[in-house]
Amino acid sequence: MRVVIAEDLFLLRDGLTRMLQAHGLEISAAVDNGADLLAAVTADRPDVAIVDVRLPPTFTDEGIRAALAARREVPGLPVLVLSQYVEQLYARELMASGSGGIGYLLKDRVFDSAQFVDAIRRVAAGGTAMDPEVIARLLARNTGDGSLATLSRREREVLALMAEGRSNAAIAQRMVITERAVAKHTASIFLKLDLQPSDDDNRRVLAVLAYLGG
Amino acid sequence: MMAGQGPDRPDTGGYPQAPAPPRQAQPPQQPQQPSSPLADIWEWVRGRLVVAGHGVLLLGLALTGIALVGAVLGVLGLVALLAAKATNPYQTQELDLITAVAVFVFWLLMLPVFLLFFRPMARLTRRLAGRWCGVPIAAPYLPRPWADGGRGGLRRRLTWLLTDQATWRDLLWVTVNGLVGWILPVVPATVLVLGVVGVVAPYAQGDIRLLAVAALLGGTWASPWLMRGYGLLASSMLAPTQHAELTLRVHQLTETRSEALDTGAAEIRRIERDLHDGAQARLVAMGMTLDAAGQIIDTNPDAARALLYEARDASIKALAELRNLVRGIHPPILADRGLADAIRALALDSPMRIHLASDLRGRATAPIESAAYFAVSELLANVSKHAEARETWIDLRYTDGMLRIGVTDNGHGGADPVRGSGLRGIERRLAAFDGILAVSSPPGGPTAVTMEIPCELSLPKTSFS
Repeated sequence: MRVVIAEDLFLLRDGLTRMLQAHGLEISAAVDNGADLLAAVTADRPDVAIVDVRLPPTFTDEGIRAALAARREVPGLPVLVLSQYVEQLYARELMASGSGGIGYLLKDRVFDSAQFVDAIRRVAAGGTAMDPEVIARLLARNTGDGSLATLSRREREVLALMAEGRSNAAIAQRMVITERAVAKHTASIFLKLDLQPSDDDNRRVLAVLAYLGG
Repeated sequence: MMAGQGPDRPDTGGYPQAPAPPRQAQPPQQPQQPSSPLADIWEWVRGRLVVAGHGVLLLGLALTGIALVGAVLGVLGLVALLAAKATNPYQTQELDLITAVAVFVFWLLMLPVFLLFFRPMARLTRRLAGRWCGVPIAAPYLPRPWADGGRGGLRRRLTWLLTDQATWRDLLWVTVNGLVGWILPVVPATVLVLGVVGVVAPYAQGDIRLLAVAALLGGTWASPWLMRGYGLLASSMLAPTQHAELTLRVHQLTETRSEALDTGAAEIRRIERDLHDGAQARLVAMGMTLDAAGQIIDTNPDAARALLYEARDASIKALAELRNLVRGIHPPILADRGLADAIRALALDSPMRIHLASDLRGRATAPIESAAYFAVSELLANVSKHAEARETWIDLRYTDGMLRIGVTDNGHGGADPVRGSGLRGIERRLAAFDGILAVSSPPGGPTAVTMEIPCELSLPKTSFS
């Protein structure tokens, strides 16, 4: 799998490159600004682009804008955006840029390299990787909601993992339960929240995020 | 608080403020009832009658004032009379001299009391000029020098009173008003009475009757202008002079500057403490954990691995703490996107339903954006904590060099800017930018908070690609 990295801090760019190479990913380009990212994705056509939010010259949300521009340039390009902090506003904008192939994670998630690489693979395959903190804040915001309150604790956990973009298998592994138990939980969640059930992980994420107002 | 301000006005440092334009009705208000021409005429007549009534009340005020001045002068005259009598070589009377001295001393002692008496009268005139004549007049008085702690002794009080130019201008106004000023406001009522008498009196002739009707119509028509003229006359003596304005301004700047510095210093202390107790402590612990892992890595690799994971988790916690700290100092999204989007992000995190309307085209300077953002953030926290509101409307607009932020909720109201330390804090922070905060929160709600900050907006940054 070929990856383009856009990260302006040398230490992090270098660390990411080495970590991903150690996990058998191929780094086709590692750049330090948005313009070079655009050039790299159009030239190399990578499987996924990993983009830091803060990039020169403005050091504000350059990375988000670069990611959105890259997806306009190369439709369907999977992009994983990394940031020191997460904002629901940015999560929304990224989700709105076309269905699937979107990730938005805190930089801390890099510490768990296995999980992180799993998220990259998920995004590259057209899935979603939404940071748990975004989901936690969405859930916290909706606590007063009537139908959400009817969910059991287990179901809420499944809902959160589902909203992050994880498959049933991944949820089962994470919660140390069987896949069939997960399927039972998801069916119950969709029933209680009055959502259209779907086997497609990606459509499922969109439905859940839309329900939570994300 | 500055001296001499009505309780219903925000602290503007004694400056005349243009009345805030009516807020965009949000939540919507009742539409006005359609009116018939007859009702219109009645409204007009009623309005003029009210003006005439106001004029009579103003006359009363003026006469009370001049009576006071007369009393002061009268007592002085009595002193002179007694003194003249006492010094008359033909009929010297010790008693008269003693009386004269006693009355004079009494008069001297009472003078400050009289002067103090003029102040409420002048204040009342200022209020009425704004309300009845449409000429709002700001208070010109010097702030009490002992307002910042300690009580003023009699001497300090006297010095404060007598050295304030405004005291003497008040006296001038009361005199002028009592002698000639009252003529203006009394015209409407006089014309009304004389006109009506001239029309209905049985002995009135045709010409007189015509004149009376003309005077009645003309006087009634002109009455608002007469009141306005009176207001301007009052303003010429009661409004702050340029010198008073500058003095007040200097005082206000000194006050807000020291408050801004205090707030800044307190913030820095808080950040230092947070770093010391949070991220720094975690980094120290991490260093020790890593060291321990290094020591046992050969003898007990499993335990070493556990320690390494522990160190990793500590670093995640340290990062989370730093992230929260940064949010409290200057939220990244505020730096990235400006006020509107930062408030939008706040709204997304809030359990309330928040409707945001914004017409901001550019960006204010970073300190102003930050002050406005934290003000809104604190208001929203207040709303969700105290008001039990389901919905909140936030209104961001920029007109004529003024950033206006309205925060309205449908909670149960009863917020008190005097008692609520949160609102006071916001007010103080906005004051550093000459910003003001106005709160309307009747019991039962809704609560509407309006903030105004004079500032300039720069053009938005050029966007990527």
